Amino acid sequence: MDWSALLLSLRLAAWTVVLLFPVSVLLGRLLAYKQFRGKALSEAMIMLPLVLPPTVFGYYLLVLLGRGAPLGEAWYQLVGQPLVFSFEGLIFASVIFNLPFAIQPAQRGFEAVPQDVREAAACCGMSPWRSLLQVELPLAWPGLMTAMVLTFAHTLGEFGIVLMVGGSIPGETRTIAIAIYDRVQAFDYDGAAVMSAVLVGISLFTIGITYLLSARVGRRLS
Amino acid sequence: MSLSFSAKATTPIPLDLSFEAKAGEVLALVGHSGSGKTTILRTIAGLWAPQSAEVQCSGATWLRTASGVDVPAHRRRVGVVFQNYALFPHMTAKQNVMSAMPATVRDKSNAALDWLARVNLPDMAERKPAELSGGQQQRVALARALARAPDVLLLDEPFSAVDRVTRERLHAELIALRSDLSMPVILVTHDMAEAQALANQMVVIDQGRVIRQGPTAKVMSDPAALRAMGLRDLASLLTARVIAHDDDGLTQLETATGPIWLPRVKADVGTTLRVRVLAHEIILSRARPEGLSAQNILPAVVDRIVSGEGPGVIVHLAIGGDEVLARITRRAARDLDLQVGQPCHVILKSMSVARDHVRG
Repeated sequence: MDWSALLLSLRLAAWTVVLLFPVSVLLGRLLAYKQFRGKALSEAMIMLPLVLPPTVFGYYLLVLLGRGAPLGEAWYQLVGQPLVFSFEGLIFASVIFNLPFAIQPAQRGFEAVPQDVREAAACCGMSPWRSLLQVELPLAWPGLMTAMVLTFAHTLGEFGIVLMVGGSIPGETRTIAIAIYDRVQAFDYDGAAVMSAVLVGISLFTIGITYLLSARVGRRLS
Repeated sequence: MSLSFSAKATTPIPLDLSFEAKAGEVLALVGHSGSGKTTILRTIAGLWAPQSAEVQCSGATWLRTASGVDVPAHRRRVGVVFQNYALFPHMTAKQNVMSAMPATVRDKSNAALDWLARVNLPDMAERKPAELSGGQQQRVALARALARAPDVLLLDEPFSAVDRVTRERLHAELIALRSDLSMPVILVTHDMAEAQALANQMVVIDQGRVIRQGPTAKVMSDPAALRAMGLRDLASLLTARVIAHDDDGLTQLETATGPIWLPRVKADVGTTLRVRVLAHEIILSRARPEGLSAQNILPAVVDRIVSGEGPGVIVHLAIGGDEVLARITRRAARDLDLQVGQPCHVILKSMSVARDHVRG
């Protein structure tokens, strides 16, 4: 059992959730409430990671994070280390490929807040910020929680893009999914079996918890 | 406190109108659905801005499109009761009311309980909206709107989602509350009986334009306004005092010119009521008729005869100090040879007066 790989996966998932939460609140709310030019295109772009093969996505990310691209070069100038094949690069890739898993449910969550309830908040004198904290977030919570759990679980399970962008550097970019692959390549089926079972267990636990909690929130609101 | 409103727009609904509402007055915006009344309310609240509009409240400019002034909704002191109440479902009744209070209110919890008591909902403070009936939710919504200490109170068809009995009770409660309110109240409704019962002023709107505006009684007897509202709703109010509750389920009332009997009225003997009489339910007779099933025959004097464009005329009749309207055909008026100043008899079936058309 490669504990460092499991720990790395959990750290990666936690960072992704932390970074994506504000993004999904912002973009989910924007897409739910506002009409703007290019909205359909934006929604399509957010959904892209769902349909593109991980190799294609990984390839673009590799180019984007590399020193040949402005982002990769800027990071190198700032930190002194390349973004590709690093944990930070992995976080960046993870945030991008989890966008559909985070934003879609968040958007549905905000869409579930009735328009007249949001208007009532304004007519009660709530500033947009207070309305977000006291009315919209509590009501959109089931969607936001689904978003975060899906992101967490999906990060644990992602394989192709991690391999493309991160490689398999122990302690830096070797996640549990990669470690399982390595075990199988080395004909260590027993090791692979243990790690696979652990991953199944953790994923089931996280998703089970969400269903439980969202059922409770559902009861509270109905 | 007063509110002045003017707007011009072509979308989403054509608007071209202006009106004013004074402090302590209930102004009813009346019109069919799609006439623009809700859009007007949303413009006042700051939830919508037409192409060209101006809203002034208590001397402050809330909206003036010409000079780019548009105070955001949360900075306008408006209390709004939405059609479906729009209560915050995750908050208790008390929290809903507290959420609208200005920051200057010190003991919000007790103030909220006071408001809930004033709308006759003292024991429901800890309930969530889902645990309240429609009428109770409406009361919470009203308490929340008033807790904002608004400069104008906006009611968007607030009684349309409750049953008839609850609506009557809510009407009575609002009438009782009305005298305490210092701000203008704007009531959007398509229910003539409701407007007649609650409002002092009335603005009749059709396709975004004002057809008629003025005191309710005056507008209600205006043929131009009536065409927009539908003649079936033409009605007038007759003052009557409860004399006795008879054993056969009828209540005897005394009007200025004689007794009438109505289906059992829920009011104590001696109470003075206003009975809403639909104009098309009235029969006129020159001589006092005999051998008639209708119980209520009241002497009256013809005040005015107004003909419309159709086959009907509206006869204004004086019964004591009340003006009663009858809608009869032009031919009937001619055959009766009705003249202004002439005495005649108003005949009214007891059963033609709906229970919720009798009010204190």
